[in-house]
Amino acid sequence: MGDPRDARPVPRPTPATAPFWAACREHRLLLQRCPACQAYQFYPRTLCSACLAHEPEWVAASGRGSVRSFTVIRHPVSPAFADEVPYVLALVRLDEGPTLMSVLRHCAPADVTIGMPVEVAFEERRDEVSLPVFRPAAGD
Amino acid sequence: MAERDSLRGKVAVVGAADTAVGKVPQFSATGLCVDAARRALADAGIGKQQVDGLVTCNAFAEPYMYHAEAIAEYLQIDPRYCVTAVAGGGTTFSILQNAAAAIAAGVCETVLVTMADSLRSGLTREQAMLIQSSTGHPEFEIPYGPTVPAFYALIAQAHMHRYGTTPEQLAAVAVSGRKHAMRNPHAQMREPIEIADVLASRMIADPLHLLDCSLVSDGGAAVVLTSAERAGDHPHAPVYLLGFGEGHSHEHISQARSLTTSAAVESGRRAYRMAGLGPADMDLAWIYDCFTPVVLIELEDLGFCAKGEAGAFVAEGHTGLGGQLPMNTNGGLLSYCHPGNPGSLFGLTEAVFQLRHQAGERQVGGAETALVHGQGGIMSSHATVILGREAQ
Ligand SMILES: [Zn+2]
Repeated sequence: MGDPRDARPVPRPTPATAPFWAACREHRLLLQRCPACQAYQFYPRTLCSACLAHEPEWVAASGRGSVRSFTVIRHPVSPAFADEVPYVLALVRLDEGPTLMSVLRHCAPADVTIGMPVEVAFEERRDEVSLPVFRPAAGD
Repeated sequence: MAERDSLRGKVAVVGAADTAVGKVPQFSATGLCVDAARRALADAGIGKQQVDGLVTCNAFAEPYMYHAEAIAEYLQIDPRYCVTAVAGGGTTFSILQNAAAAIAAGVCETVLVTMADSLRSGLTREQAMLIQSSTGHPEFEIPYGPTVPAFYALIAQAHMHRYGTTPEQLAAVAVSGRKHAMRNPHAQMREPIEIADVLASRMIADPLHLLDCSLVSDGGAAVVLTSAERAGDHPHAPVYLLGFGEGHSHEHISQARSLTTSAAVESGRRAYRMAGLGPADMDLAWIYDCFTPVVLIELEDLGFCAKGEAGAFVAEGHTGLGGQLPMNTNGGLLSYCHPGNPGSLFGLTEAVFQLRHQAGERQVGGAETALVHGQGGIMSSHATVILGREAQ
């Protein structure tokens, strides 16, 4: 058998989410915004969860946000993640509003704080999937 | 709009029992489920032919496509109301409101609620791993390798950041439960622990140590429900269901609108309103304690203390016997047992034993009313039940 990390689960896109994952493949983070009520949403849906209007539009996200909460996983969920412990699981609130779950890279667990600014990066997984992950925002 | 007091005092618990819990390898999950049923029927002083409603939950160790029907078949009963609660924590508990409503509406007369699983003895290591690794949104959470403790650690960190809650205060929840378990001869964990022991236990997902996490157990619990009119025809004093409330805010923690306030606010408010009672009227509580931070958030959301004050409330000893709110007097999921989906039912049976004044060394003196709160998902699905010795 090959690398146990290949056993890490990858998302299976649905018709509603396929454009999101296709953009990730090009290292672009998309959000949906409702043309009727202007609400942003994540995860992608077939309708606007605020007003139920059909066909939310895809818009480019800034890729910037802040850590809403985090934890350091010391005990891996499965052998596929054994090489990664300790890893930082985080809820990231994007500047546009929606929250997503991700991991924080390029940051020692002891240095993570709630509210810390982060920016998106992408990690390659098997089956031609790129996962959005986050790292400390570059100073500007 | 339904009347707020629509179910108050209309249904009573007339039988309650737990199986042996902890490590019970001599029974499979189904064996535990029917053992709980047998014990509860004996406690209620009735035969199986009087059961015309059955509620179960599925078992990870021995699942059935139609679980409640499979248990009915196993026991050879033919219910006219038959429901499997399919998920854990809050949902296996919110089904109580459904069962009580069925009785009040005349759909059935006597409902047996029996739930069990064999998570300690009945699962292979691979099955256990699979259960853990399948929790979360399959597309937007699971690829990041989250764990169940990590989901709850996210809410713990948020509560600590917002309110200054400390790891010592989280640990105090585990210590409080253990003190009660030491008085419960059936509890899985009875060794005394101190706050330092919790903090010294292995870190699982910061800030949660091993002893901040509930047990993995075998076990089952069951209750028999019937209408208030029939409740006097049984050996033990009936315990009346005075208030129900539910609140459902999300499924996945990454979609939660708040990490520090839960839908226990709504479930509690609805239950208090139906019962015509408030938090100060409760003589004891059983609060779903799958992980220590859950207890703090639920105590606050159910109105037992102000937001941000539950850490101090528990650390100051108010949840002990003789305290302001004796909590989880059987030891809870942290020290009595936690067989997964059935978890909250052990809170219900404990409340019944307490209100019958049959809780032995852990009895809350003169207990008249109790609150039991279950939650499931990741702070997703909440159900509150208020019980009392009197119907009104
Ligand atoms: Zn909209």
